[in-house]
Amino acid sequence: MTSLTDPHKPAFRLSQLIYDTRYRSMTIQVVAMILLLTAFGWLINNTVENLGALGKDFDFSFLGSRAGYDINQMLIEYDNSMTHGRAALVGILNTLLVAFLGCITATIIGVFVGVLRLSKNWIVSRLMAVYVEGFRNVPLLLWIILIYAVMSESMPRPNDFRGEDPSASMILGDSVAITNRGIYIPRIGFSNSLSGNEAVAPIEGATPLATGAIDWILVFGALALSVIAVRYVRKKATITQEATGVRPTTWYWQIAILVIPVLIVSLFLGLTFSSPYLKGFNFTEGTHLRNSLIALWIALSLYTGAFIAEIVRSGILSVSKGQSEAAFALGLRPSWTMNLVILPQALRVIIPPLISQFLNLTKNSSLAIAVGYMDVRATLGGITINQTGRELEGMLLLGLFYLALSLLISSLMNVYNNSKKLKER
Amino acid sequence: MKKTVFFGAVTVAGLAAGLASAATLDDVKARGTLNCGVTTGLAGFAAPNAEGVWEGFDVDLCRAVAAAVLGDPMAVNFVPTTGQTRFTALASGEIDMLSRVTTWTYSRDTDLSFEFAGVNYYDGQGFMVPRALGVSSAKELDGATVCIQTGTTTELNLADFFRNNNISYEPVPVETNAEGQQQYLAGACDVYTTDASGLAATRGTFENPADHVVLPEIISKEPLGPVVRHGDNEWGDIVRWTLNALVAAEELGVTSENVAELAAAPTDNPEINRLLGTESELGAMMGLDADWAVRAISAAGNYGEMFETNIGESTPIGLARGLNAQWTEGGLQYSPPFR
Ligand SMILES: N[C@@H](CCC(=O)N[C@@H](CS)C(=O)NCC(=O)O)C(=O)O
Repeated sequence: MTSLTDPHKPAFRLSQLIYDTRYRSMTIQVVAMILLLTAFGWLINNTVENLGALGKDFDFSFLGSRAGYDINQMLIEYDNSMTHGRAALVGILNTLLVAFLGCITATIIGVFVGVLRLSKNWIVSRLMAVYVEGFRNVPLLLWIILIYAVMSESMPRPNDFRGEDPSASMILGDSVAITNRGIYIPRIGFSNSLSGNEAVAPIEGATPLATGAIDWILVFGALALSVIAVRYVRKKATITQEATGVRPTTWYWQIAILVIPVLIVSLFLGLTFSSPYLKGFNFTEGTHLRNSLIALWIALSLYTGAFIAEIVRSGILSVSKGQSEAAFALGLRPSWTMNLVILPQALRVIIPPLISQFLNLTKNSSLAIAVGYMDVRATLGGITINQTGRELEGMLLLGLFYLALSLLISSLMNVYNNSKKLKER
Repeated sequence: MKKTVFFGAVTVAGLAAGLASAATLDDVKARGTLNCGVTTGLAGFAAPNAEGVWEGFDVDLCRAVAAAVLGDPMAVNFVPTTGQTRFTALASGEIDMLSRVTTWTYSRDTDLSFEFAGVNYYDGQGFMVPRALGVSSAKELDGATVCIQTGTTTELNLADFFRNNNISYEPVPVETNAEGQQQYLAGACDVYTTDASGLAATRGTFENPADHVVLPEIISKEPLGPVVRHGDNEWGDIVRWTLNALVAAEELGVTSENVAELAAAPTDNPEINRLLGTESELGAMMGLDADWAVRAISAAGNYGEMFETNIGESTPIGLARGLNAQWTEGGLQYSPPFR
């Protein structure tokens, strides 16, 4: 009977906090928490104290004051009497531009090189290996500076295009000028622009891209509608194929649907191409792709492209050989095997690491500092900080911007990944 | 209880951080070297020579301060800074003083919390173009591509100048003078603009300086001088009066050659005696010894000597004294009295 009495409850001893597995994890967490809070508190306190010692406060009102400096590449209207906030926005758009262009070209290069590296042709696959190893193993900064130096040191000056017997001349029917200040290409303008006359006579100094936004939206809207229509046509073709066994030829329809609406809209808006021509010190009228943009764009694309090529290659190799053998056994042509069997499976392996390459490229674009490309690091994180002395505020905003942009890119890519990944039913 | 310990620790840490930045003089003495911020390289003002020893007009000022404070003009650790990094370097305490062709402006003095310890070169912003362009006035520069160093007063003046004259330009931002020079010589920009002294210094290093002209327009006032952090007045005084001592020495005829002799025994001129510490203890008032100015002057000579050896008319840079002559010669260099 005595054995039924309540077991004696052992008294809680302090050493149990360490030796008793029931409490140990709790103890560790509490200690870690205290250390973390202390570290944070120390950081914040140190910052506040030091700002106080320097006689500085924490204030974002500088974003609303006059910037006073000029920016060479502007996607939106800006001049030096506008605010630091506006200058930061101009910089943000420049960052987005080079990141966007870079991601697209890096992907194209990466896919091509990745596939070609697996080519049975020895020379082709060796060449691709040289490219990949060369770009992966040399710091990006060097490539940026190299391309920039080649552009500005070895291309002809605008002055060389002048005179009776110029030492340099424009190419592609006098429509493109490659100079040591960048490449001037014809500018697309709209003479019946819906956003006023701006698109034909841009504001002094503004990049023509800045104007005619409504027109561009219309053109791209037409293009988007056409793409949807083309998909519809393809779907119908598939239905017919499934019903009758014969796929109707629709490629001419597809091309017509893609081209004609865009053409009509463009003609309606009065599409014009204005070629650059020499006037005064520089070429005018055309669109100016500056050395800094070109160097950064090419270097980012080639560098990231090399990494993407490896990702693509490993993705393709990850698809078991049995898959292609089975496809061949069914009588599929090699190109169909690639498109219908290998790539859809490879994509599942390719997309996740691709996301981090896109993020790398975007963040690497801040190496713009090396060639004076006016990205957000150069405007908000450079000149603005320097002129206003708001290092802490500026750097915080800059950090937040890159963080937000990275999160945005990875969530967009995750949506795409989810649509491609293995569906488990 | 946990909370109070936490906040206590945090306050102590914060206090320590706050105090550390206050007494620059003690820090410099304890370290035994002066951390002096200079340019990344501008001939005549601050550039390492073939042996890697820093030389120049701005460098000599650092050496004079080091000599006054530490007794050794070579006890300087030179920190190259760009237009963009210089103020962060100073504010964060990475350097004790900045001697880098830096313009004294209102907002730098007040909003950025710095202290300008005088002016060692009165300057103004100018433009340089290749002679072949045939430009004779800055007003003819409509549409030109202009190289500018970012993070400087230069880019603000430039924006104002083109705006006021209603002409346009394409800025090419560069980080350092070397980069600007390379872009300019490659013809990637038509015009290089910066302080006129900087243009002369840059042109002096060209293979054919005569192929380039500095346009007549001076579009701004650029009083260049040494900078320290706001709030450490003792240290500010030391830098300010070292510069003043160099200027006063020239006015009083004290040179690196005769300074030892003049300091050996009191002379007939009481102001020289006070400056060189042979009469009354001026040095002690700043926390230095009596010979501080003697050492500062011996380091690289008086103001005039520093000017002549580094950037004067006998050098490739060939700057005339102009505004930087002594006030007795019609210039602006004027030291308050030592008394
Ligand atoms: N005085 C101006 C500009 C001074 C400046 O940066 N000058 C250039 C060109 S002469 C320079 O010294 N550069 C040296 C370097 O690149 O480190 C300022 O304080 O903002």
